[in-house]
Amino acid sequence: MIKLLQALLGWVDDRFPLTKMWKEHLSEYYAPKNFNFWYFFGSLALLVLVLQIVTGIFLTMNYKPDAALAFATVEGNIMRDVSWGWLLRYMHSTGSSAFFIVVYLHMYRGLMYGSFKKPRELLWIFGMVIYVALMAEAFLGYLLPWGNMSYWGAQVIVNLFSAVPYVGEDLSVWIRGDFVVDDATLNRFFAFHVVAVPLILLGLVVAHILALHEVGSNNPDGVEIKKKKGADGKPLDGIPFHPYYTVKDIVGVVVFLILFAAVIFFMPEFNGLFLEHDNFVPANPLSTPEHIKPLWYFTPYYAILRAIPPMFDSQFPGVVAMGAAIVVLFFLPWIDRHPVKSIRYREPLYTVALMLFVVTFVVLAWLGMQPALPHLSELALRFSELYFVFFVILAIYNQPRTKQYYLTWLAGLSLAIVLMDLPRYIGATIEKQILIRFSVFIPLLYLIVTLWLPAVTKWNQSKTVPDRVTT
Amino acid sequence: MSESVDTSKRRFLTTLTSVAGTVGAVGVAYPLLASMAPSARTLAAGAPVEVDISKLEAGAMMVELWRKQPIWILRRTKETLADLAKVADFLSDPDSAKSKQPGYAQNTYRSTKGREEILVMIGLCTHLGCSPKHRPELGVAELGGNTWLGGFFCPCHGSRFDLAGRVYKGSPAPINMPIPPYKFINDTTILIGEDEGVKA
Repeated sequence: MIKLLQALLGWVDDRFPLTKMWKEHLSEYYAPKNFNFWYFFGSLALLVLVLQIVTGIFLTMNYKPDAALAFATVEGNIMRDVSWGWLLRYMHSTGSSAFFIVVYLHMYRGLMYGSFKKPRELLWIFGMVIYVALMAEAFLGYLLPWGNMSYWGAQVIVNLFSAVPYVGEDLSVWIRGDFVVDDATLNRFFAFHVVAVPLILLGLVVAHILALHEVGSNNPDGVEIKKKKGADGKPLDGIPFHPYYTVKDIVGVVVFLILFAAVIFFMPEFNGLFLEHDNFVPANPLSTPEHIKPLWYFTPYYAILRAIPPMFDSQFPGVVAMGAAIVVLFFLPWIDRHPVKSIRYREPLYTVALMLFVVTFVVLAWLGMQPALPHLSELALRFSELYFVFFVILAIYNQPRTKQYYLTWLAGLSLAIVLMDLPRYIGATIEKQILIRFSVFIPLLYLIVTLWLPAVTKWNQSKTVPDRVTT
Repeated sequence: MSESVDTSKRRFLTTLTSVAGTVGAVGVAYPLLASMAPSARTLAAGAPVEVDISKLEAGAMMVELWRKQPIWILRRTKETLADLAKVADFLSDPDSAKSKQPGYAQNTYRSTKGREEILVMIGLCTHLGCSPKHRPELGVAELGGNTWLGGFFCPCHGSRFDLAGRVYKGSPAPINMPIPPYKFINDTTILIGEDEGVKA
C-alpha cells in the first residue's frame, strides 16, 4: 500500500512540483525558533479568510441582492427559516470583526519587531494592500443586509468620492449606478463582495506568503537567522515550519476558536459593535439613523475624517487626511529606517512613542463611535494630529541626533500646531476658543515627551543587538 | 533562411503588437466600465413629481421622494421668515452664492417670490449625504443656545442648517443644502423636478 502511494506521489512529482512545494514552504522552510505569542496572528488571519470564504459561499445560496428582498432574505430567511442559517450568518459577521482584530494585532507585531524593514519592504506593502482590500471587502459586504445603517453608511462613504474636485459628482454617480444608493448599488456591491475582491485577496495572500518565504521570517529579536548557517547550510536558529510551527499554531487556533465560538453563541452582536442595532431596521432613504457610525474597525479613520474642518468650501481636506492616514503606513519602511529592528533593543523612547500611537489609535476608534459633539470633535482633531506626528517622530528617531536637532524640531512642530489653530481660533465663539486653548496642550505635551526627553536624557540610546536569537 | 536577427524589425513588431493590444484592452474595458453608469431605466425614473401641500400646516414639514431623494417641503411661519435675516452673521454662505439652487430661489428665504413661506429642498446634507433632522424648536443648548432659531441638524457629522437650509459656520458641510427645480401649478400643488426654465 505504502509502495503504491509512493509510486503515485512519484508519478505526480514527475508532472507537478508537489513535493518540491511542500518542502519549500513547509517542511524545509526554516523559521526562527524564538517566535512568541505575536506570531500566531498570521496563520490565524489565513484561518479566518478560509472561514469567511466557506461561510460566504453558503450564505450566497440563500441571499438575494435585490433592494426589495435583501433585508428579508437576511433577517427573515437566513436568520429564521434556513436550517443553521443563523449560525452561518453569525460566523460570517463575527468573522469579519475577528479578521480585523487578527490583522490589527498582526500589523502591530510588525511595528514592534520592525518586520517591515529591509529586506521585508515589499512583504509589508503586500500586507498593506491586503489590508486595504480587506477594508473594501468589509465595506461592500456591510451593504448587503440592506439595513438602515448599511444604507446610510454606504451613502456616506460613496459620497466621500464626490468630494474629489471637478469629477467627484460624476464619480460617485458612476460608483452607485444611480443618484442615490439603490438596487443598482446593492447588486454591484454584491458582485464585488462575492467575486472580485475575494479573488484579489486570495492572489495577494499568495504574493504575501511568497514574499515572506523569499526573505524569511523576522522574529522578536529582529536578528536575521540566515546570516548564521550551520555546516548543512541551514540557519542555526531556524526550525522547519512543519512540524514545529504547524503544531504550535494548532494551539493558537484552538484558543482562537474557543473565543470565536463564545462570541458566535453568546454575544454575536457584541453590544452593537459587531452588528449594529440600527441595522435591524430595513433601509429607509428618508431617515438617517440618529447615531451613524461605521463598524469599529473603521472608526479611527472615520474620526480623522470628521475631525478635519472643511477648507475652501470643500470637504475634500478631511477625505485627503483620512486617505493619508492609510497611505502613510505604506511608506513605513522608508519613514522608520532605524538600523535596530526590534523594540527589545531599540531606545526606550521608541517604546514610549509606539505605546502613545496605540493609545492614539484606540482613542480615535472610540471617538469615531461617538456623536459629533463639539468637545469630542476637538479631541478627535488633536488625536488626528498625534496620529500623523508619530510618523515624523519615527523619522527623527532614525538615528541618535544632537540636542539642538531635537529642540529645533520641538520648536518647529509646536509652532506648526499653533499656526494651524490660528484660522480656526480667529472669529470662533468664546466656548470654541477656550476648547482650542485647552486641547492644544495634547499635541504640545506629546511633542515635549517625544522631543524634549531625548534631548536631555539617555532614553534615545539603543541596546546592542545580539548575534543570535535569544530563547 | 538567414541566421542573423533583424532586431529593429523585431522591436518594431513588438511595439506594434503592444500598442494594438493596449488599444484592444482599452476598447474592451470601456463597455465594462460604462455599464456601471446609471442605466436608461434609472435615468427615466427621474420624472417630476406632483405634490399636494393643502394639508401642510404652518411650521410643519412633509417629506416626498423625487429621484429617490428625500424632498422636504416646509411651510414656514412669519416669525421664522423674520428670524432668517438675524442669523446671517453665523452662516458660511448667507447669500447662497456658492450653493446650488435655481436662480429664483437664491435669496434669504431660498424660496419663490410671493410664496416665501414654502421651502422646497433636497433633504440631504452637503457634507456626506445624510438626511438631517428637523429641529424647529428655539434655543436648543447643544445646537448653539440663543443663536439657534430653529433649523436642521445632521446627526452624522454635526452640520447645522437654518430653516432655509443655509449652513452654520464651523459645520463640516461646506455649502447650503440644495434646492431642486420646482414650480407651483396652483396654490396647493407643487411640481418637483421641473420649473419654467428647466425641463427635467
